[in-house]
Amino acid sequence: MSAVLNSETKKVLVEPLVSNNPITLQVLGICSALAVTSQMTTSLIMALALTLVTAFSSAAISAIRNHIPSSIRIIVQMTIIASLVIVVDQILKAFAYDVSKQLSVFVGLIITNCIVMGRAEGYAMKNPPLESFMDGIGNGLGYSLILVIVAFFRETLGSGKLLGIEVFKLTKDGGWYDPNGLMLLPPSAFFIIGLIIWGVRQWKPEQSEKVEFKIMSIAHGEGGHH
Amino acid sequence: MPNEKKQCEHYAKLCAVLEKNENYQKFKAYADRILALGNDSLEKTIAIAVALCLVCAVLVSFAAVALKPLQINNKELDMKQNILDVAGLLEPGSDIDAAFAEKIEAKIVDLETGDYVESINAGDYDQRKAAKDPAQSIAIPKDKDIAHIRIKAKYAKVFLVKEAGAIKSIILPVNGYGLWSTLYGFLSLDPDGQTVQSINFYDQAETPGLGGEVVNPNWRALWKGKKVYAETDQPSMDKGLIAEADMGEPALSLIKGVVDNSKPGSQYQVDGLAGATLTSTGVTNLIRYWTSKEGFAPYLSKVRTVKRGVS
Repeated sequence: MSAVLNSETKKVLVEPLVSNNPITLQVLGICSALAVTSQMTTSLIMALALTLVTAFSSAAISAIRNHIPSSIRIIVQMTIIASLVIVVDQILKAFAYDVSKQLSVFVGLIITNCIVMGRAEGYAMKNPPLESFMDGIGNGLGYSLILVIVAFFRETLGSGKLLGIEVFKLTKDGGWYDPNGLMLLPPSAFFIIGLIIWGVRQWKPEQSEKVEFKIMSIAHGEGGHH
Repeated sequence: MPNEKKQCEHYAKLCAVLEKNENYQKFKAYADRILALGNDSLEKTIAIAVALCLVCAVLVSFAAVALKPLQINNKELDMKQNILDVAGLLEPGSDIDAAFAEKIEAKIVDLETGDYVESINAGDYDQRKAAKDPAQSIAIPKDKDIAHIRIKAKYAKVFLVKEAGAIKSIILPVNGYGLWSTLYGFLSLDPDGQTVQSINFYDQAETPGLGGEVVNPNWRALWKGKKVYAETDQPSMDKGLIAEADMGEPALSLIKGVVDNSKPGSQYQVDGLAGATLTSTGVTNLIRYWTSKEGFAPYLSKVRTVKRGVS
């Protein structure tokens, strides 16, 4: 029994990191991945907040999953998630005021983060609380991993800093590095995430989606010269 | 007699316990019945919805109420830190509360007349809140609203740094619209109401790395020594033909590129923020607005007059 539990726990904890990553494979939670990744500090706090919310909301939803009327299923999930997010927001405001100022609305927007809802609906509704909790942690970590990678490139290339500490001396401060302004704007995260997805799918080709349709090659003789 | 009374009390307690237990049993029976119902029955749906709302409401309100004192404290501390910072008095690791209480004095100023208002307790007055309250605010006419803030509070809360009874710096609250957000900050001036000591934006949501560079210490350092108002020519002021209080129009602005300090007029210019034209324009506008007659010009002119009267 315990071996079964362990293997399941391990699976839900490790799989979302690469082979079933919520961002690169399921392409969920992109919105906040674009918004908060211009700095490493905000990304880390956002990742932590999202991981905790996903884990606890999945556990709570899973605990009452057998009694959730299917007609109000989504609203019940949303209520639980929203309550937890408000609690997290309040805690940040009380204990990490500076960071909460930087994250401003994005903490509130965890409510609408597709990963949280996705795990609640896709996993917690069908599995026991402990596994759901671990699944939440796993998916949160998968999200965190991508956020940290994106933030690493955006902060170093965009402002020559990492965690607010200077790594490249900027030309405007008398150094050599001319920062790339695009990296500070949300679209740059699109490029980086796109490159990550490309890399992961090169490494694990089974992640690529099947081509839904193919352009038919025109038979010779009808099209004339090529 | 006392024994009987004691017994009575005893019975009452017992009854209460029994009643509680009875209520509990009733509740439990009800809960069991509900939980045993099919998930799609109307009664269960409503019961679950109500129960969930109750639990979540308790959780959220508990967090909000329990953490409120800490949050208010954080906000106040943050504000004090910003004020000390703009006054150049912030020392890392020092006790902010103590430093603030010792060196800074808050005053309420009537923006229209420029006089101090003593009837309002400066400690409790919140200018940002007052700006939102129709009874305490004034709508700004569109043609004068260069900072795009639409409403301002009637009374502003300024901060004075005093040393040995004399004013060392005047700290004015300023706000105005940039590209994405309203920037809130403090502008600290010398007692002449003309020379900039420092500027500090404590609340803004401009693009990080571009407009968000308004918080960059290197850029903020460029403000030191700049002049706010166009000076009337020095010789006539020296001769006493023009009073110091009759300063010219607000002239300070951000320019594109880097300021050439050798050129005349450079004392009214600060480097614009690279890649953030709209934020730079916003900062120019908000400084111009708050130093104009709509803003603190009447107050600053009174400060100058008083200073001259004393000295």
